[in-house]
Amino acid sequence: MEYLIGIQGQDFVLVAADNVAAHSIVKMKQDQDKMFKLSDKILLLCVGEAGDTVQFAEYIQKNIQLYKMRNGYELSPTAAANFTRKNLADYLRSRTPYHVNLLLAGFDETDGPGLYYMDHLSALAKAPFAAHGHGAYLTLSILDRYYRPDLTRDEAVDLLKKCIEELNHRFILNLPSFSVRLIDKDGTHDLEKLIPVGSK
Amino acid sequence: MALQDLCGFKDSFLNSRWNFPASHRMAQEDTSMLFGKRTRDISSRGLSWSNSESPLHLYIPAAEYLSESPIQFGQINPNTAPYHITPLHQDSTLPFLSFPPGFPPSSSPSVPLPFPMSHGTTTLAFMFQGGVIAAADTRSSCNGLVACPASQKILPVHSHLVGTTSGTSADCALWKRILARELRLYQLRHGRRLSTAGAAKLLAHMLHPFKGTELCVAATLCGWDGGEVETCPLDRLYYVCSDGTRLQGALFSVGSGSPYAYSVLDGGVRWGLTVEEAISLAREAVYRATHRDAYSGNCVDVYHITSHGWTRRDREELREERLWRKVGQNLVLNLHLSCFL
Repeated sequence: MEYLIGIQGQDFVLVAADNVAAHSIVKMKQDQDKMFKLSDKILLLCVGEAGDTVQFAEYIQKNIQLYKMRNGYELSPTAAANFTRKNLADYLRSRTPYHVNLLLAGFDETDGPGLYYMDHLSALAKAPFAAHGHGAYLTLSILDRYYRPDLTRDEAVDLLKKCIEELNHRFILNLPSFSVRLIDKDGTHDLEKLIPVGSK
Repeated sequence: MALQDLCGFKDSFLNSRWNFPASHRMAQEDTSMLFGKRTRDISSRGLSWSNSESPLHLYIPAAEYLSESPIQFGQINPNTAPYHITPLHQDSTLPFLSFPPGFPPSSSPSVPLPFPMSHGTTTLAFMFQGGVIAAADTRSSCNGLVACPASQKILPVHSHLVGTTSGTSADCALWKRILARELRLYQLRHGRRLSTAGAAKLLAHMLHPFKGTELCVAATLCGWDGGEVETCPLDRLYYVCSDGTRLQGALFSVGSGSPYAYSVLDGGVRWGLTVEEAISLAREAVYRATHRDAYSGNCVDVYHITSHGWTRRDREELREERLWRKVGQNLVLNLHLSCFL
């Protein structure tokens, strides 16, 4: 029911998430931000079971900040992704696993941009593009078809718009708006919200 | 510092359990794992627990307090202090929260539920220019029969914070009291009231270890931070659920009657409503929901929260309301007919 998408370019990562917080059939909140800022250049996008998402994401967020306080430097996106995955894996076989699906997007000075896909079974994969949710079934083939590693920022946003239009056209649930952010060497930038126009 | 010594305040920064997985934290003798399996180190947020291992110790109010009507406590009284839950018993120590080993219980219940529980209620809350309105019906249902037609679903937490309750009545009442106690402790320790956002976070984190058990609390916290002038952003309404959800918003309705209430509210709630309009809209929404939903009914309670605190409207019977509207309709119908004749 929720949707996350990430597209990595040459020197940036573009991420988007829907804005609906729903409880059974009711949309309780239509401007929910599902992206959590782990540091200046790392974003964690989190969807899944109702309370688990925020609890887990804030837990990771605070621990990343604690690392910075203790050691004086920030974790790289790779390290942050592995730390997150380790926590998911540790809780997986406890009595209270976290049922969350994550995308971690970051920019590293040495390694460049990175997009990491994690799911509730604590799998971790670095991928050029990724999506979570039922909408992923509809949009992954669009990404397969049109993605190139040397996408410019505008081309990546156009690709994102293609995916969202397809969701608007075919997905049974109405996702009225999407938050979009871009991470590059200058940090995290908020792009304007994508609001798909009425269905075709 | 005497208060902190009494509470056994521990230096939170020395606690190195932050990055350890849950499986390593099963040590029962250490009550810093207060909140069960997934401990967050909350002592840094101003809550501290003693190292004693006595079982759950709840404060029993004094007899004088019990004679006071529970509806009246916390109501604005300019002569008294801004926050007055109860005077402390002189021989009681400060209550602390420590669980015996094996508490809270694991996810799979050993005792089956006697009947299915659901949020049989209609509660709503919304923000507007004149503050926050909270409204709820008063019917407590129990698997098809009305257990109590005059229950109170909006519970004041302190002078500037009110919570609507939905789910299991007992759980809601208990957790509201625990929240009230923790907010009072925070106020004593830090010299200021915790904001609504902080109270919502506190409640959400307290309920989190019980996720997966039968605990069912879905509350909206409506409060006013700051003084007369709106110093803080419009952060006054939070929805907190025992499954861990915590949402900030401008309009929430919770319970089995909530879809009916939403449809009325979505058509009418605007920032610029006057107080009278807002109250009548809230009543209308609850009235419509009680008409359609079997588990909501009887009366409606309306609370209004402003910078001065909360005020409570007298409870109104909706049955009479229905009667009046029907009479009114008949009158109009007769008038129309008489016009045509």
